[in-house]
Amino acid sequence: MNEVRVDERIDLSGVICPNNFVKIKLKLEEMQAGQILEVILDEGEPIKNVPRAVKEEGHQILKVEKIGKYWRLLIRKHEAIT
Amino acid sequence: MNQYNIKELKSGGFMKQKEKDLFSVRLRVVGGYIRSHQLPKLAEIANKYGRGHIHLTTRQGIEIPYVHIKDFRNLKKELVEVDLEVGACGPRVRTITACQGGSCSHGLIDSQKIAKEIDKRLFGKSGLPHKLKIGVTGCPNACIKPQENDIGIMGIMSKICKQDLCNLCGLCAEVCPVKAIKIKKGKLEFDENKCIGCGDCVFSCPTGAWEKVTEGYRLFLGGKMGKFPKLGIKAIDSIWSRDEVLRIVEQVFEFYKREGRKGERLRDTLERLGLEYFIGKYCD
Repeated sequence: MNEVRVDERIDLSGVICPNNFVKIKLKLEEMQAGQILEVILDEGEPIKNVPRAVKEEGHQILKVEKIGKYWRLLIRKHEAIT
Repeated sequence: MNQYNIKELKSGGFMKQKEKDLFSVRLRVVGGYIRSHQLPKLAEIANKYGRGHIHLTTRQGIEIPYVHIKDFRNLKKELVEVDLEVGACGPRVRTITACQGGSCSHGLIDSQKIAKEIDKRLFGKSGLPHKLKIGVTGCPNACIKPQENDIGIMGIMSKICKQDLCNLCGLCAEVCPVKAIKIKKGKLEFDENKCIGCGDCVFSCPTGAWEKVTEGYRLFLGGKMGKFPKLGIKAIDSIWSRDEVLRIVEQVFEFYKREGRKGERLRDTLERLGLEYFIGKYCD
């Protein structure tokens, strides 16, 4: 599968819940609809909580992959949210 | 004191304090939910009849302590002005507790609505061997502690996995609290027997492969705290209709009322007669 173009990156390793989600939310607010945000999350609570919260906000999770003990997400900002 | 009967007062939610002629007034509150316009009235009542003091109980209730016995009638009248009334104590159906399942992001059922429905049908009902506590929690996180109640209801979810939508990212396997999901040799394996119905897979799934089918209810019976605490037993793992769970709760009430011996908690009655007896005779 071809990797999509990433517009912004945010490394949230070591950032606890809910601060990680808040940082993603703030970052997405600065971005344009349809743009892609790459996120690095810790295993455990962050990966349990963050994807569902991102989905609830209406964004799309394009990719999820585990890299060592971290998780990498690609999030596309919801078209309707400006 | 002569014209008042202590037992009668207790049934109406007036609890005797250490101090002579003073009582703590318990209110009928469902699921810890109270309207903002009711609070100023409670503050006014606590100032007027009590000592400006309001107690929040362990089971989401409200009590106004230090109320003199001579003020009961007037206090009751004032409560009615804001659609409130006194609660229940003694061998009765007590406050129905509930979490905010309808709005909480983990909630699988509208626990407040279920609690209101149970309150409407059973609150304060007497003729029981002992107290009967009922709690409704929205999901297996069990914030309302349904297992500490005589009757505990827990929201659950049934779901399916549409394998053709699954991209094997492994997120569901990671978030599943009971490891019911495994990605093996490029395929998703789901062990339904391990699943506790929390829905975390559905909430997390990025592709929509995991999809909710319906919400349901798990029933716990015989939980109690006090001097000899015991956790409720999982009596029915899944009930898939709201009307059915409400019917069963009413059947538990009937069972306990008819078959319980004076002073027994529901747990004791169930241990004496057996859960199978209750299920066989009251749940068909």
